[in-house]
Amino acid sequence: MIRLCDVSQYYATRTGSKMVLDRINIDIHRGERVGILGRNGAGKSTLIRLISGAELPTKGSIVREMSVSWPLAFGGAFQGALTGYDNLRFICRIYGTEFDDKVPFIQEFSELGLYLREPVRNYSAGMRARLAFAISMVIEFDCFLIDEIVAVGDARFHAKCHEELFVKRGDRAMIIVSHDPTYIKEHCSRAAVLSGGRLQLFDDVDDAFGHYLSN
Amino acid sequence: MWDSKALISLQRSWATQRRVIWALLMREILTRYGRHNIGFLWLFVEPMMFTLGVTALWTATSNFHGSDLPIIAFAITGYSSVLLWRNMPSRCLDALLPNLALMYHRNVKVIDIFLSRLLLEMAGATISFVALSVFFITIGSIHPPEDMMKVIWGWLMLSWFGMAFALLIGGLSEEFELVEKIWHPVSYITFPLSGAAIMVDALPKAAQEIILYLPMVHGVEYIREGYFGSRIHAHYDLGYMAIINLLILLVALAQVRKISRKVIPE
Repeated sequence: MIRLCDVSQYYATRTGSKMVLDRINIDIHRGERVGILGRNGAGKSTLIRLISGAELPTKGSIVREMSVSWPLAFGGAFQGALTGYDNLRFICRIYGTEFDDKVPFIQEFSELGLYLREPVRNYSAGMRARLAFAISMVIEFDCFLIDEIVAVGDARFHAKCHEELFVKRGDRAMIIVSHDPTYIKEHCSRAAVLSGGRLQLFDDVDDAFGHYLSN
Repeated sequence: MWDSKALISLQRSWATQRRVIWALLMREILTRYGRHNIGFLWLFVEPMMFTLGVTALWTATSNFHGSDLPIIAFAITGYSSVLLWRNMPSRCLDALLPNLALMYHRNVKVIDIFLSRLLLEMAGATISFVALSVFFITIGSIHPPEDMMKVIWGWLMLSWFGMAFALLIGGLSEEFELVEKIWHPVSYITFPLSGAAIMVDALPKAAQEIILYLPMVHGVEYIREGYFGSRIHAHYDLGYMAIINLLILLVALAQVRKISRKVIPE
């Protein structure tokens, strides 16, 4: 289980301290898929970073009793100056797993061929997304954090992502953050709406959907 | 008695941290030196070029250094020491920015990024110092160190100072932009004061007292005593140096902890 208890986050700005998240409480159980809806700038990515542990909350506590992925988005978490292969090596070293047996999957999934030997900063957005997603699937977690996964890529890439994430890893917990209600509706059993720093929980995705649209 | 659960968790954290530092180290080598021409050999070839350049310069100008020691030996011990403690803070300035993307991974901590850079810097300076010493000893330009343990011990003390100071400068530079601007002139001005370019013994009594407030001077003097032994009169107090190192380290770790709480991954 993951438990957030009265989690608040403030950022220092030029005009003083600004509250981004206000006393958030939520429990996520094993195998559960929770969607978090919110408009641009609502604090969705901040919330995901806090849950992942990459950033620490200003107040409140976060307890993780299962392994949690880094925020799977199509930017971030990679070093532009390194090649695709070197990024894979880095991730394997960090998470303490073998590198060699991961290569075939990366080659097949990313379809990047020789570009895997080029620095990631020379990739197009689509190429980067393919590499990022492929590397994300190399390390196994009990809970995956997914940040705006629908933003990039073509239909074929989406189909492959869907297969890896929702079919092969259908038994894992997931927290999916998006401003697209249909995507949340398709994949989540429960949803919450983030607005004004507050997180409102709904047992039914349709209710969350309604609340989100009326806001 | 040790609580076995706590011990296991501590062992696990230590294993994770070692893994992360190793991964960051390899990443650093690749982004800094790449796989072109001599690749990671630049790690020590670069400091060697510096030291050789300064050695040549001092030899050509018959630099006054306050003793009858051969200039080559003097330059190698002196300039290698400077490279050791001065490059570490430089590498820790704004060290987080290029690594922010990697901080998406929970296990990658601010301190790991600093430590990986420091280990690399120390390795480079050490290999350069050893290689140059071996080379000049082999061709007979300088004598082997009289007391190897003293040289090693002095080198470790200087490394400790460099690391503590680097963590402090690195930690402060994340909070105050001013630190980066001030560091460059400070590092330049402290060079002649660091004991690298002159023996403390050659200074007037009053100047000796002042210069011995600087902790790195004690390390350099101790290394020189190990190298030249009876031929010089070194001034040092390693106890004083250890206390200063420890104080700097404590403040530095507190500062690193403070900024760790504020870092936002890219």
